[in-house]
Order: sequence, then C-alpha cells, then structure tokens
Amino acid sequence: MSRTDARPRPAVFLLRWFDAAMPVLTFVVLVLFWEAVVRVFSIPAFLLPAPSAILSSMVSVDVGQWAKHVWATLRVALMGYVLAILVSVPLAVALATSRSMSRSLYPLLVVVQSMPVVAIAPIIVVSLGAGDLPRVLIAFLITFFPIVVSTTTGLMATPPELIELSRSLRAGRSREIWHIRLPYAMPHVFSALRICTTLSLIGAVVAEFVTADKGLGYYISFSTSNLRMDAAFAGLALMVTLSLGFFRLIDLVQRVLAPWSRVKG
Amino acid sequence: MPPAPATQPVIRFDGVSQVFPVRHGSPVTALEGLDFTVARNEFLAVLGPSGCGKSTLLRQISGLLRPSKGSVSVFGQSVTEPPDGVGIVFQKPNLLPWYNVRDNVTFPMRHKYGYVGKDDRRRADELLEMIGLADFAARRPDELSGGMQQRVAIARALLLDPDILLMDEPFSALDALTRDEMSFELLRIWQERPKTVIFITHSIPEAVLLSDRIIVMAPRPGRVREIINVDLPRPRTIDTFSAHRFSALANHIRDQLFTIKPKV
Repeated sequence: MSRTDARPRPAVFLLRWFDAAMPVLTFVVLVLFWEAVVRVFSIPAFLLPAPSAILSSMVSVDVGQWAKHVWATLRVALMGYVLAILVSVPLAVALATSRSMSRSLYPLLVVVQSMPVVAIAPIIVVSLGAGDLPRVLIAFLITFFPIVVSTTTGLMATPPELIELSRSLRAGRSREIWHIRLPYAMPHVFSALRICTTLSLIGAVVAEFVTADKGLGYYISFSTSNLRMDAAFAGLALMVTLSLGFFRLIDLVQRVLAPWSRVKG
Repeated sequence: MPPAPATQPVIRFDGVSQVFPVRHGSPVTALEGLDFTVARNEFLAVLGPSGCGKSTLLRQISGLLRPSKGSVSVFGQSVTEPPDGVGIVFQKPNLLPWYNVRDNVTFPMRHKYGYVGKDDRRRADELLEMIGLADFAARRPDELSGGMQQRVAIARALLLDPDILLMDEPFSALDALTRDEMSFELLRIWQERPKTVIFITHSIPEAVLLSDRIIVMAPRPGRVREIINVDLPRPRTIDTFSAHRFSALANHIRDQLFTIKPKV
C-alpha cells in the first residue's frame, strides 16, 4: 500500500470496501436485471424462469433429496478425480524420465484425449453396464489428460543445475524424482488439479445424462424433459456451487500442503 | 577421501578434449588438449569468453561428463563417476523453495543419504553463522536477497565439507556492488576453511582479485591460452583493486583476450 495516499481516510475506506464488494455487487445486479427482464417481458417460465422462481423451486425440494443428488454426482466425480491423480502422476513421471516411454505412450494418450468424452460416454455405458464403474471411467477420462500434461511439464521444468547437483551427489534416480522433480512440479500439478475439479464434475454429469436414477445431472435432464426449467436451473445452481466448493477445497489443500507452490511474484 | 600428499595435485587434466556430436552436422569440439594441475587448497580461476568450454571443464571434474579424449583425475583417481568431496555452486542459487534456509543447507545430506541428523543441523547452523545468516535459518529462500541466497548456496556446497569447491560464475547474476562484497566474503570463507577452488568467471577483475592462478581460455575450440600466476599478496582487500600490480595483471589478461581475434 502506498504511504503517500493523499485522500482523506473515509474515502480510502469506501474505495477498499467498494473494491471488495465489487464481485458480489456485479452478481446481484445481474440477477436483478434477469428478474426484471423476465417480469417486464413476461417471458414464459418454460423458456427462462425468473431467479425468484428458481429459488422457490430449490427450497420446495427437501434438503435430504438434494443431498442425495449432490452426493451421487460428487461421489462419482471424486472417484474419477482421485483415480486420475493415481494414474496420471506416475504416468507423467514415466513420460518425463524415459524417452522410450514418452515415444510410445504419448501418441496413444493424445488419441485417447482426442475422443470427445460426450461421444464415447454412451459406448462406455453400454459396454460396462449401468453401475458406478462406467461413470467413474467417464469422469476419469475427461480428467486425466490435463494432469498428465501439466505434471510432465512441471517435471521437465526443474532447473537443470539441480539435476546436476543431484547427479554429482550420486543420489539416485528415485531421490532425484522425489526430492527435486516432483516438488518442483507442484505448481503445475495444482493448476491442473484446479481445472480438473470442474472437469470431473462435467464427466459425472455427462455420465448421468446417459444413464442414472439420481444425481444433479440426472435431475437437470429429468427436469428439462418435463419442461420444469425452474427445477433444472435450481439443479444447475447447485452444480455451480458444488464446482466452486470443490475448486476452493483444492485451493485450500494447496495452501496447507504446498504453500510455497502458490502464485509466484 | 583421504587428504592428498602435498606433492600430489588435487586435480589433474591430461590431454583432455571434449567433442559433442551434433545432429545433422559436424561434431563440435568444446575443449581441446587441456593439460594442467591444481594444487591442494589452491584458488584457481578459469577465465574466458562465452563458448570456450569453461562449464564443460567443470562438469568433467564433477564427473557429470566423461572427456572424449585424455583423462581428468581427482586425488589421483581417474574420474569415471561423480567423486565424493566436491561441492558445486551455480550461477543461480537454485535453492529449493519448499524448504527453509537451514533445510536448504542440509539438503545434500538428505538427498545423498536420505536422512538429516542433529549433527548435520548443527553443522548447517555453524555454516549459516559463518556466512552471517544465522538469524535467517527459519526463513524461506524467497524472503532473502539475491546475494543472501547465493551465500546460502555456498553454505549448501560446504555442508559435506568438500575438499574441492567448484563455482560456475557464481556471482555473475548479482549486481556489481553485491558482487564485490561477495568476493571478499568468499575469500574470508576460503581463508577460514581452506579448499581447492575452481572459480569460473568472465570477469577479469574478479579473477585477479580472488585467485592464485588464472587459466585464460581461448574459444572455439576451448583451449588454454595462458596460465597466469597472480602474485598479489594475501589477504586481498579493497585496496588490492588499486594496487599497481593488480592493473598490470588485468591489462595483461585483457591484451591476451583481445589478441585472440583472428587477424585479417
């Protein structure tokens, strides 16, 4: 903060307050505008429901029901997410440390990544049945590639001098990876993990669109098919909240486990 | 590593050449016909323009690179893998951001042997005391200035009490004032804990101020142009810069480096 600020104190205080309130204010104004447009132009609820209608639709469903749907989606997303981490990080280590591995595996990974998940989701569901497995697999497929790419980039971004230091100490390959390369990759890993929070939820929802009897994706598609747009938007709002919460959780994990890997000046 | 007898050189280069293969092109000779020895606790500067293979030479001593021809020996043994008793300081501090200063200093122990004992931590604290950073042991590297970080890097290189200290343009990323300060700091450390130092630099005054001998290199292919004895008295101080002999040596080296240019 600049010490030479000539403004009187109250003005500075107001400015700061305004700065902090900005995002919330923008959101509130937008919602109010939406409400006004729907009312003024009498837009039918099956085209665009008013925020007030969405809210009343949300509170009309009891909390237990919502919890059931939220948990169904979150569970699949989390399993896919964790599976993606467990597969991607070792895979990235293999790609980064072995030329033959990267030569043979990388093209395959790109091919897998090029397949639109939405297109293969029905195929996976038909092949693997209607249980958790196909859903987790879909969430995994959409999530793993960014983690592989980012982690590999991070592992390769280690300063070469540190690798030389490690070799000059004859510390061995595994210590080189554990003590130097992986920690150095953490900023990259976490940026992928943050993107993947949303991706894993998308994967879970796509899977529910194909087949499910609960979950937010199921709730949204069920509601739209009955032209209950207010209910669909209520589901969507929860979905966004869930996604934001997941995102913030990963932020918190990074803050606790690897504070040094957060934004560099 | 047992201390070498006084008669035996600590480092010996015997007809050392280094050729790097180039894809779709003729191989590049980085070093050619290097012959010299370094005595115990000698401070040797290697000076030359970019591309004269200074860093290649360092990597041969640290066992990261096998010479294409000839042999490099450390304590009488031909270097086939990284030898014990060698500490390295790079151009950039390269501290690990996830460790505090003390853990950065003990890192070679953790990395080589997998554990850090009470003694290692005590030794790290002694080293931090010596470089004047005892109060910063618990700080994170990014809270330190560039010069302080480089001092921590020196302490890290000294942790395993190496007989040989390899320094690859260690002060070239620092501003000019910090640079001179660091030079005297290094001399003080070297006086306190004598080591064989190989100091790569492209600064003539720095080489003259610090070293016992200077190897002046010529580029493409990298080779020894001249080896100069720096007969300035020790301890070297700020007054050394203004000594007549200092400018005479510096001028001589400058002439050497400029006559390398091909004549038409």
